[in-house]
Amino acid sequence: MPAEFYYGVEVFLNGLMAGVMYSLVALGFVLIFKASGIFNYAQGVMALFAAMTLVGFQNGQIPFAHLINAALGTEVHHFGWTLPAFVAIIMTLGVMLIFAFLVEKFVLKHLVNQEPIILFMATIGLAYFMEGFGDLMWNSDVKRLDVGIPKGGNIWVEESTAFLGGEDFYGFYLDSLDISAALIAAVLVGALVAFSQYTKTGRALRAVADDHQAALSVGISLRTIWVIVWAIAGFVALIAGIMWGSKSGVQFSLSLIALKALPVLILGGFTSIPGAIIGGFIIGVGEKMFEFLIGVPFLGGATENWFAYVLAMVFLVFRPQGLFGEKIIERV
Amino acid sequence: MSKQKAPSERQNSYVTADGRTIGPAVMEMKNITLRFGGVIAIQGISFDIHEGEIRAIIGPNGAGKSSMLNVINGFYHPQEGKIIYKGEVRRPLKPFEIAHQGIARTFQNIALFKGMTTLDNIMTGRLTHMNTGMLSQALWWGKAQREETENRAFAERIIDFLEIQSIRKVPVGRLPYGLQKRVELGRALAAEPSLLLLDEPMAGMNVEEKEDMSRFILDVNEEFGTTIALIEHDMSVVMDLADRVVVMDYGKKIGDGTPDEVRKNQAVIDAYLGVSHD
Amino acid sequence: MLYREVGEFKTSYQSDQQTFPITSDRLVVLSLIFIAFFVIPFFITEYMASAIVLPFLIFGIAALGLNILTGYCGQVSLGSGGFMAVGAYSCYKIMTSFPDLNIFFCVILSGLVTGVVGLAFGLPSLRIKGFYLAVSTLAAQFFLVWAFTKFPWFFNFSASGQITANERLMFDIPVSGANVAAPVAYLICLIFFVSLAFIARNLTRGSLGRKWMAIRDMDIAAEIIGVNPLTAKLSAFCISSIYIGISGALLFCLYFGAVEAGDAFGIDKSFLILFMIIIGGLGSIFGSIAGAAFLVAMPVILKNIMVDFLAWPVDLASHFEFLIIGALIVFILIVEPHGFAMLWRIIKEKLRLWPFPH
Repeated sequence: MPAEFYYGVEVFLNGLMAGVMYSLVALGFVLIFKASGIFNYAQGVMALFAAMTLVGFQNGQIPFAHLINAALGTEVHHFGWTLPAFVAIIMTLGVMLIFAFLVEKFVLKHLVNQEPIILFMATIGLAYFMEGFGDLMWNSDVKRLDVGIPKGGNIWVEESTAFLGGEDFYGFYLDSLDISAALIAAVLVGALVAFSQYTKTGRALRAVADDHQAALSVGISLRTIWVIVWAIAGFVALIAGIMWGSKSGVQFSLSLIALKALPVLILGGFTSIPGAIIGGFIIGVGEKMFEFLIGVPFLGGATENWFAYVLAMVFLVFRPQGLFGEKIIERV
Repeated sequence: MSKQKAPSERQNSYVTADGRTIGPAVMEMKNITLRFGGVIAIQGISFDIHEGEIRAIIGPNGAGKSSMLNVINGFYHPQEGKIIYKGEVRRPLKPFEIAHQGIARTFQNIALFKGMTTLDNIMTGRLTHMNTGMLSQALWWGKAQREETENRAFAERIIDFLEIQSIRKVPVGRLPYGLQKRVELGRALAAEPSLLLLDEPMAGMNVEEKEDMSRFILDVNEEFGTTIALIEHDMSVVMDLADRVVVMDYGKKIGDGTPDEVRKNQAVIDAYLGVSHD
Repeated sequence: MLYREVGEFKTSYQSDQQTFPITSDRLVVLSLIFIAFFVIPFFITEYMASAIVLPFLIFGIAALGLNILTGYCGQVSLGSGGFMAVGAYSCYKIMTSFPDLNIFFCVILSGLVTGVVGLAFGLPSLRIKGFYLAVSTLAAQFFLVWAFTKFPWFFNFSASGQITANERLMFDIPVSGANVAAPVAYLICLIFFVSLAFIARNLTRGSLGRKWMAIRDMDIAAEIIGVNPLTAKLSAFCISSIYIGISGALLFCLYFGAVEAGDAFGIDKSFLILFMIIIGGLGSIFGSIAGAAFLVAMPVILKNIMVDFLAWPVDLASHFEFLIIGALIVFILIVEPHGFAMLWRIIKEKLRLWPFPH
């Protein structure tokens, strides 16, 4: 077997791992879309915000230190303690819950019955707000995030695949972090499915997703459900934020994966959790393989910037309802 | 069209009970069958609509009446059958092309342009009569301005006719239901259609509004000589307005004739009183 | 009682169809245009021009263009930054290929080139709707910017990967490049801005505008009353792209002087222009202008207050900028989804009746 082939396989595997990240963000989108019909552009910024908050708590950063210093002329920055990752994660979850509550109270409640595109634009506004708010609270430096997930090439994978190739093949290179991410994502999806299938709240969630009016009429509180869903989405965002942050640092580019999640959703459909996962894999593998096979050899590289969007566009032209959607029959 | 008036077609003309002379067939549906996947919405239906008449299509819910209107204005394309419009077999066209041939309609659930005023909505009905180039419009010079003024004058005639002068510049989203229905009729009339399709023009109206709407329909038919095909559930209204009635049930035609004939038709009575279908 | 329309009666449809049917409105607008052309050029400073006036005029043109597509025709686009890049790069190619061509023609031609590109990227709109379409316009954004940084032909194989506007003269005065005097750049942008605003108003009040709005409000009904969705949507895409292309060309040759696609025309520009029309008012010419003015002026005002007056660090001001823009967008969508334009209309209604409450 030629070395390129093995390299191709490795690219494929890495694409799968990148797909896990996209899937995680897309999952947050799907949850909120199903429960409230809102296309939440802020999901990516929520991941960024959650990661920033986590780092802030861990390192004992003083919130709004920059602002306080500028306004009062003081020189504060840290409380001088560090928290264990576990405690910081719990505290961050609390913050995301408060955030969910505030979003419901100040935004969603007032936008009931607006057109989807208006809601979409409102969440873009929300994203900008959170970005400014997060930077103001924790400052905008690139931060290192470490909650104890193993990093670096996975020796075990490398050693156990080395026999496949010849002399100069040392086994596939996979980052342990990516492997953990995939495992955690699988657990998360399992937990979400179990939650929505076997709990009372989960059943209420599915009822709301199916039909708002009918859910209201059997006594389900729409507003409570929204808070719960946004909190769950905040939880998913935190997971995504931890993964991405551990890999490449907590920084602005994290919020841009929200954009990448859009084509993922278009492929997978806005309402399907398996769709989000599969869509994420298709985009992740697709853009890595395209870059490897066509981008670098023929187009000068960096095709990952646009491949996902162009794929989504071409796909939509032939199948406007998505991979798993039903054919739309137009009526008058 | 005049040169194609064969003698046989001339015989199609008839005189109504109240003494109006109805012209030859303007539209003929021949053996129309429409399927959605396995579901048959319309099954081998034939009927015709004559020039100047009011033709009603009635039937229980789900009988395929709205699908029939959608076939006439090209929103659905039947799998089988022929549509003959003004003496010529019509090939499958896009809805907007059919609008340009002079078929206008209203909708069961009001389909007005909610962001626009009453006047603008009615002016959209004139779009099939406006063809100024983009450049002239961009500069608002010459033809663009002239055409706008001429068509505005026509739209104002419709507004007068429907007695909606006072809401001319109100966005239609703010109007009550009955008035919206009237504006929608106005938009269809503005196109000066040779065939006007009305899908339940009186659904959800109170008695007074129904009377107004009936009067407008009769006036349109008499003053402009417009051919009208309408779907309506209120039997008393249908029997008063229509010259001839087609009755549909489960996608099939079960009756066709003047209101009196239809009223006596046993199949129609069964369909409405609910005799079991074996 | 300054503002009144009592005693104004329309005796012809033409007078009822004017852009400013009320005499006092008309006078105010005409005098504003007069001041803009004949008074401001004598007072404008480099700082005023580069901080507020030029960005306002240039982004105002882009906002007008996007409002035609999104506000009037209902097709949300996130690709404006990419189309501005097309305008800038085609302006560069035209300027370097035809060194003697008048700057006005260069800019207009780049607008037309962008129009053709916009037409191509508008084709999917015939099958894709709503935010599905918004996502596919992202393809335009990222693909175009990528292409302009990857294929050296676009930047004439320059080592820096930048395009630089060379200087050209008109009546012996520099009219492009880095050395354009503030009044000259201002006047050129103003001419484009005023004439494009005039054209946008005309296009949206006639039959073409009604076709667009019909597609926006209910596309199926529009098709059934005789609007060809193909020509309606594509004309909106094309005209909108012409506007955005012209704005990109002006940004390149009169404002920046030298640009690199990735820096100058990123996705943030697409959002900025979208925010301008949301805040100003979707489907309103006045709204496009007001939104552009607001979003250009706000960061400058913030910076003046926070950095120059309170002596806070610059990054704090930019965080607040994000925070305020975001909050404002949510607020406006909640309170008045039609933006400043609708608020302005409500104020006018009140003024008409003032001082009587009813």
